[in-house]
Amino acid sequence: MTTYTLRSKRRRAALRTAAFLSPWLIGFSVFFAYPLISTVYFSFMKYDGIRPPVFDGLDNWTYVFNDYPMFWPAVRNTLWLVLVMVTCRVAFGLGVGLLITKIKTGAGVFRTLFYLPYLAPPVAATLAFVFLLNPGTGPVNSILESVGISAPGWFTDPTWSKPALTALAVWGVGDLMVIFMAALLDVPKEQYEASKLDGASSWQQFRFITLPNISPIVLFAVVTGVIQAMQYYTQPLVAGKVASGVIGGSGQQFEPGYPEKSTLTLPQIIYNAGFQRFDYGAAAVIAVVLFALSMVFTAFLMRSRGGLIRVGD
Amino acid sequence: MTTTLDKPSKPTAKAPRTAAHRTARRKALLHWIAVHSLGVAAALFFVLPFVFIFLTSLMGGQQTLTRDLIPTTWEWGNYAKVFDTPGFLTWWKNTLLYAGLGTVLTVVSSIPVAYALAKFRFRGQRLAMMLVISMMMLPPQVIIIPMYLFWAKELDLAGSLWPLIIPMAFGDAFAIFLLRQFLLTIPGEYLDSARVDGCGELRILLRVVLPMAKPGIAAVALFQFFFAWNDYFGPQIYASENPAAWTLSYGLESFKGAHHTDWNLTMAATILVMAPVILVFFFAQKAFVEGVTLTGVKG
Repeated sequence: MTTYTLRSKRRRAALRTAAFLSPWLIGFSVFFAYPLISTVYFSFMKYDGIRPPVFDGLDNWTYVFNDYPMFWPAVRNTLWLVLVMVTCRVAFGLGVGLLITKIKTGAGVFRTLFYLPYLAPPVAATLAFVFLLNPGTGPVNSILESVGISAPGWFTDPTWSKPALTALAVWGVGDLMVIFMAALLDVPKEQYEASKLDGASSWQQFRFITLPNISPIVLFAVVTGVIQAMQYYTQPLVAGKVASGVIGGSGQQFEPGYPEKSTLTLPQIIYNAGFQRFDYGAAAVIAVVLFALSMVFTAFLMRSRGGLIRVGD
Repeated sequence: MTTTLDKPSKPTAKAPRTAAHRTARRKALLHWIAVHSLGVAAALFFVLPFVFIFLTSLMGGQQTLTRDLIPTTWEWGNYAKVFDTPGFLTWWKNTLLYAGLGTVLTVVSSIPVAYALAKFRFRGQRLAMMLVISMMMLPPQVIIIPMYLFWAKELDLAGSLWPLIIPMAFGDAFAIFLLRQFLLTIPGEYLDSARVDGCGELRILLRVVLPMAKPGIAAVALFQFFFAWNDYFGPQIYASENPAAWTLSYGLESFKGAHHTDWNLTMAATILVMAPVILVFFFAQKAFVEGVTLTGVKG
């Protein structure tokens, strides 16, 4: 009797849990598990969306790695973004976060002003930056040249397009600023006071008290920054389209990467291979690569010991 | 110079007799000046782009082809011209539908999931949480081929925003994660006492948890609204073939295409796309910043 009621109680609890989880269980199966498995399947198929898919072994894989002209430029650009853009964003976000904690007069106003650009919709912000940095009549180059600096072509020059995107990303650093600010305010005050009595300089305080205390948040910012860099899509695509003067809408086709493949990233070439070249097999290969890379860094975020996102409680 | 000293160095201002005090005061003042100059410099970096695009949005058509920074005539009519552009009002309507309906669906479907993940104990809970985080980190491009084939070929919904709205009725990983982090901060005693009173879990969720979770729900709603407002990839995939289904973020780009050199009109349209987000932010600043912090390492 007791085992029976216990079991029915357990079953009721399990049913209740399933009921509460049900929206997500459906969403997980239909919009995550199924398309992921299907993507892996397509990566071994020759498929153009019209004729039925045909198994072609590793052909898509060798094609993407050896012959698809956009793959390695996209990988190289991503490495550049990880090394330069992520570093700049984290350094700048930390700097601005520190600055905000030191500002005594008008801190609220400063904080809002620093945060606003993060809210600017990506397409609007990108359009604004292509205008601000346009080599002909843009305000930035007008000012630079009026003080005698010969200004670069920014989004129209392959060596300057990624620095221009970095400027755009650093402008929207408000998310990191808020996270760093919260972390900095959590550092125990006593540690600073004690070090002051010992005669520590502000640099020593930063190096030996601030940094060790906030290092988990710095690491969190770096790892999520790497994930974002691998998934960078809207800004480079829109910047390339607008700066090149070729705007698709429903009409003309735009080959992403302008100028000279310098703004290509992995998500853009999934779109190019799948929806412009109608090579779903090659697109699926790139998708699997991007998925694997994303998951490696996500797993790092969730590591059970010292993980940055605590999965349990 | 000493007359301006009282503000920054208040603590020492009462006993400024000795030389040591004077140097301390001077140091505090210099520190105040250095910090606030840096603050002003940073503020200029963050604000000037807005100022330049706003000024350009008010220029006459000819003036945008010059290097002038300030309009010679202030053409407020540019904004009216943007609204008169064919399609612009449709994009507004579509964006409000996508963002509004999408946000409601996301919040309603994510709350029970987040509650179960935060407050129930069940086998596979840890795994479920890891899967939620994996979904959150998955770029939409990874699964776009099967998803596009599913919506376009199986259900014939290409050319509309429904492929973007319908999935939101089945929970959004980011919303679930954020809400779960928030619900963890609600002490279990509240739930236990309600259970002792004989409340079922659904009643506890609706009567006890929801009122306490309002700030978290507000943050999630804001994030979801902004996500839909800003989304470019989704409308590009599903709506690009049908201009009647475009959203602001997607249409804005083609606006530039249709107005090649009219930077003034393009910048006016840009301002009109940015403005609602910034207005919403001012009204809900606290909830929003709280949400950003929650996505961090807490929990």
